[in-house]
Amino acid sequence: MSSDLEVTRTHPVPDPGIEEHVERWVDVDPAASRRAERQVAACFGLVPLLALGFVAVYFFVPKTWAVQFAGLHAPAQHVWLGLLSGLAILLVGIGAVQWARLLMGDQEISEERHLASSDAATREEALAEVHEGIAQSDLPRRKLIGTTLKIALPALVLPALVPLLDMGPWPGPGTRAATIEKTIWAEGIHLVTDVTYKRIKATDMAVGELVNAAPENIKDLSGEPAKAAVATAKAAIIIVRMDPATIKIPASRKDWQVDGILCYSKICTHVGCPISLWEQTTHHLLCPCHQSTFDLGNSGVVVFGPAGRSLPQLPITTDADGYLVARSDFTVPVGPSYFERDSTHDYKNGDN
Amino acid sequence: MAKPTTVSTDSEALKSSTPPGRPPLAGLGGPVGWLDDRIGLAKLSRHNLRKVFPDHWSFLLGEIALYSFIILLLTGVFLTIWFKPSMNEVEYTGTYQLLRGVPMSEAYESTLTLSFDVRGGLLVRQVHHWAAMLFAAAATVHMLRVFFTGAFRKPREINWLIGIGLLSMALIEGFAGYSLPDDLLSGTGLRFVDGLIRSIPVIGTWAEFLVFGGEFPGTLIVPRLYMVHILLVPGLLLALIGAHLALVVYLKHTQYPGPGRTESNVVGYPLFPVYMAKAGGFFFIVFGVTVLMGAFLSINPVWKFGPYTPNQITAGSQPDWYMGFVEGAIRIFPPLESHWGHTTWSWQIFLPGVGMLALLFGALAAYPFIEAWITGDKSEHHLLDRPRNAATRTSFGVAGVTWYAMFWIAGGNDILANQFHLSLNTITWFMRFAVFIAPVLAFIVTRRICASLQRHDAEKVLHGVETGVIVRTPAGGYYEDHMPIPVDEAFTISQHKEYPALEPTPAVDENGVRVPQRVSRRRARVRDWFFRADMPKPTADEVTAARSHGGARHAVESSEEQKSVSQH
Repeated sequence: MSSDLEVTRTHPVPDPGIEEHVERWVDVDPAASRRAERQVAACFGLVPLLALGFVAVYFFVPKTWAVQFAGLHAPAQHVWLGLLSGLAILLVGIGAVQWARLLMGDQEISEERHLASSDAATREEALAEVHEGIAQSDLPRRKLIGTTLKIALPALVLPALVPLLDMGPWPGPGTRAATIEKTIWAEGIHLVTDVTYKRIKATDMAVGELVNAAPENIKDLSGEPAKAAVATAKAAIIIVRMDPATIKIPASRKDWQVDGILCYSKICTHVGCPISLWEQTTHHLLCPCHQSTFDLGNSGVVVFGPAGRSLPQLPITTDADGYLVARSDFTVPVGPSYFERDSTHDYKNGDN
Repeated sequence: MAKPTTVSTDSEALKSSTPPGRPPLAGLGGPVGWLDDRIGLAKLSRHNLRKVFPDHWSFLLGEIALYSFIILLLTGVFLTIWFKPSMNEVEYTGTYQLLRGVPMSEAYESTLTLSFDVRGGLLVRQVHHWAAMLFAAAATVHMLRVFFTGAFRKPREINWLIGIGLLSMALIEGFAGYSLPDDLLSGTGLRFVDGLIRSIPVIGTWAEFLVFGGEFPGTLIVPRLYMVHILLVPGLLLALIGAHLALVVYLKHTQYPGPGRTESNVVGYPLFPVYMAKAGGFFFIVFGVTVLMGAFLSINPVWKFGPYTPNQITAGSQPDWYMGFVEGAIRIFPPLESHWGHTTWSWQIFLPGVGMLALLFGALAAYPFIEAWITGDKSEHHLLDRPRNAATRTSFGVAGVTWYAMFWIAGGNDILANQFHLSLNTITWFMRFAVFIAPVLAFIVTRRICASLQRHDAEKVLHGVETGVIVRTPAGGYYEDHMPIPVDEAFTISQHKEYPALEPTPAVDENGVRVPQRVSRRRARVRDWFFRADMPKPTADEVTAARSHGGARHAVESSEEQKSVSQH
């Protein structure tokens, strides 16, 4: 063994041994001792009363009663059930701990430890038994059994894990194109407000205004809430109207807007929170989850925060009556990034 | 006349006898004897009933974690009676008027019913949530206690690893539970998880589709998380907690240094009855306090957030506290996203989300083995270190806590900006540097503090403590009178191990043949650095000399000048 690595503990002050036992007040004063006993008994004795009180509250305090006390406003039943059961449980604990602290003998005792390891003889014996077992199994002579077993057991992992692959559809290129790379937006779909589903007239929007909106065809999914949730998670948009003179509109996106009314995906390109905080004067849109900030006056580029890509813009125009309609689906997948996403077509600052 | 009665002393009938092989506990009769006949209860008890546990407040931290887990099991069973893990849409018709007529998932609806229409339901829900917060908190602080006192050293490395596993699973368990009610906050949390899973390079999209059963949100994630939350993870937690406790029993508890405490004994109170009453009583205290918190402190009032819809959110959304550091890392990570060919690599989500968790738990798991390699100490450790006596370890710990705290603070950057009227962007930039600089500063400062405390200990052992009494000597000199400290304390603060510097052993033997080095040059250097901050403790000779030198009452400050003054 590496003797120079061994460290011995030195004791510049010799070990004085375990402290002498100091008697507690209750050990010498019988009155104090009786008092402590009464305290513990009182703790335990109150518990049945509190438990009965709990039952009484359960049956006799109506749900409609409320408690108002120092900033607390809560259902009376809830508060009293909690107070009575909490105190009952607490008193059992306090009683037991006081009993141990004050009335049980408090002599500290010392117990010898054993080494965690087995001694050399035990190791030898165990090893001998292992060898005996191996010999009895005859494994050293029958290598074929050992080899095949070594393959057999890991092979069982396949039937155990492969069925898990059916936990969901496989996102191959076709599935991706039909799911995460597509929304229900399409040419001619009207933009409607997201709660009341009212169409939005371009001339009704004031400069600086922001509207949370949805595609009109989301109504078609009202009987299928699960599909509607999936569709909403991708198709949610915000419409903003800005003064065209104060924003940058690249040549390729001249036709994507109506007099400074622009429409963007509401789903953050970072991890997919719906973005909602709008700064009118700077045209910045801030995500409340991780504070990615997008410049809606500059095709949605990221100006701050952890998002890696511009907010996708939805090309819009107006119908014959002046209502806002989509010109197509989003040109790039919306929402957070994924490995197979082709992000070369997203708008980058300075693109035309 | 009758004969006088004679007393026979040797009749067979008078001999007492016991049937052969009569079990020792049979005298107790009843169920105990019955059990002993079958499972040898007496043998089990004889070795364990009077098992000694040392007493210290910091040993209660792990107990709090254990007890809050039991509370979670008890309250969780009640919650499952009412909770419906379903994302089917229903219309709310219950007591809470503000949400009547609102379409929502059955999960959310049943949570509202539980909160408003089941007697005691809200109480149990709140107790469950508070206990979960407490479980994560107590486990974290318990881990810090184990770290700072060196309780993870041989032979307890396995228990340290089990503890790391427990802590990581506590986070998963908490997060799964947080997601179940399907309210707006928990849905937002799930949206984040969806983005996080997607960001995994190469397999991200596949993982997302398999976990969610298709596109986000789908209808499967709540029932699946329910299984994870009430069966899979609790089962693993239970098994690991069992192993954790079994190892504590087998290895016996560590103890703080003190008079009579050695590496080969354990000093404290016996399990039965003292420790049983104390620990059992403490369970009821933790439970009682948690119930009172559930009664008086509102937590996760889901009815205020409304049902989850993917196009809504509230500003200031925060995860439960134990996920705060991940949230912070996600918030301050710079926007690094690679677009290579037709692929997208979201480093800004993957690295802080998945990578940082792996780094944190990996570093924690590796630490005991790294320190053991540096110290080369292969003996068993049952006496805890006072944190100051392991200056470098303590500094690592404080640096780690600081690192964690910085990320945690960054997780509330919007709230900080709002409350203190600061610029959100400035805070974010500040935190981007602070997570690197603050831990280094904390490390340096902690090492200096530890070294100073060690010097102070040495001085106390040698010269005692200051009395505040200034004495004028006949020669006109002045000195402050010192009082020796009690021998118990002097022993406690001077018993720690010292690790002398090592010379590298030769890499080649006398014949020039390469031999394996026991102490390589690198190891010697690392070891030198690791122990550099530790001050040498006084030797036995120094203690004797200091004590005999004019008596302890005349001991003075360590400077030579003052010493000469006191010699008269």
